[in-house]
Amino acid sequence: MDFSSNLEALRNSWPRILDGILVTVELTVASALFAFLLAVAFGLGAGAKNIVLRGSSRIVIEFFRGTSLLVQLFWFFYVMPLFGYKLEPLVCGILALSLNYGAYGAEVVRGAISAVPRPQWEAATALNFGYWQRLRKVIFPQAWAEMIPPLTNLLIQLLKGTALASYILLQDLTFEVEQLRRSTGDTLFAFGVGLILYFVVGYVLTLAMNLLEVRAKSRLGSGHTVREMFGLAPVSEKPEEVRT
Amino acid sequence: MSANWSWERAWEALPVLLEGFKITLLATVLGFVLAAALGLLIAVARRSLPKVVSTAIGAVAQFIRLTPLVVQLLFVYYMLPQFTALQIGIVVLGVHYSTYMAEVYRAGIDAVPVGQWEAARALSLPPVRTWRAVILPQAVRRVVPALGNYAVSMFKDTPFLFTISVVEMVTAAQQFGASHFSYLESLTLAGLIFLVASYPTSLLIRRLERRLAY
Repeated sequence: MDFSSNLEALRNSWPRILDGILVTVELTVASALFAFLLAVAFGLGAGAKNIVLRGSSRIVIEFFRGTSLLVQLFWFFYVMPLFGYKLEPLVCGILALSLNYGAYGAEVVRGAISAVPRPQWEAATALNFGYWQRLRKVIFPQAWAEMIPPLTNLLIQLLKGTALASYILLQDLTFEVEQLRRSTGDTLFAFGVGLILYFVVGYVLTLAMNLLEVRAKSRLGSGHTVREMFGLAPVSEKPEEVRT
Repeated sequence: MSANWSWERAWEALPVLLEGFKITLLATVLGFVLAAALGLLIAVARRSLPKVVSTAIGAVAQFIRLTPLVVQLLFVYYMLPQFTALQIGIVVLGVHYSTYMAEVYRAGIDAVPVGQWEAARALSLPPVRTWRAVILPQAVRRVVPALGNYAVSMFKDTPFLFTISVVEMVTAAQQFGASHFSYLESLTLAGLIFLVASYPTSLLIRRLERRLAY
């Protein structure tokens, strides 16, 4: 196989590959948003004082962390129809991904909230804030800055997990890469393109999350603002870490 | 097809699943050994080799970490038809996770106080002995729980080998479901087996973490 005919094939199938990327991104973003909501809900539940709330959150978290993602995906896809709920493949994908990664995220949320120093809670109580006010105005903004890096890791895991979608009949990027391999007969080329595209999507997501982190930190009065990061004026660097 | 749980079918599925579970365990254990060894190699190499080489290794590791295991599995499977799917599955799983473990080791190595390096130097220990006798024993001890967590993740990622048709437990469950016209029992059991196997392990790791914490 020569390279120019490969490029020709790539050009011809590019619209389909774009569709595939769109499905992958759709699946990733929708699942991530839903997973985040679940993570906050169960993360707060798992850190609650009420034993029933805490216990039931723990059970849900451990259940969805402990049974593998593919099992959950197949369960929604193959078993749910037996109960009379035939779900769209996209819905199956979003459900499985968001429940699985939402459970992992819940641990992150719980950890970040419990890492906020106790005096912060006490100070907010002293100011006569109610529970939700304390959480929303004082605790969560601080926990949020802490939880972004681990959530970024989970987001990348989620993106990589979406590659299973082609096995529940979704035409995502992996599916289109497989099609490209069939039409060119060149595995190295097709999968090279596929891996690079996944890398680009993952990299863009990481950059977006880093921006969120900068913003969250600057709102707490530490670190740089997003504007400073992109401005032309030099930002003062942190001191070099000591290399041994 | 029916939504009624049949104990008979569940009983029939169990040996098939356990047969698949053996493959799952095999892939996890061998994959973990490979990942732990290769990860250590990467971490040490990145610390001792010249900066250009270290950066190049880091870039490759980053690329592997950011791209899906599923795509990597399919890629290597098509590229190297002379190996069996299981062999490829174990190696790709191991290499994929070695890039994560390298980061874990790196953190462990960074946590060894600078004084240890200086002391080794003062005793004019050669580099190999400095690593082997001074740095690594301290670094690795610290990261054992983190490595354990990755072992559990690897265990739960072995179903991805389904994509290259390795008959591990979930593939076995899916095939059983297809041939017996009900996925309910086999897939549910597969999930439960994962839960039963991974939950105690994570509890054990959490205890280990607390014991090593001080």
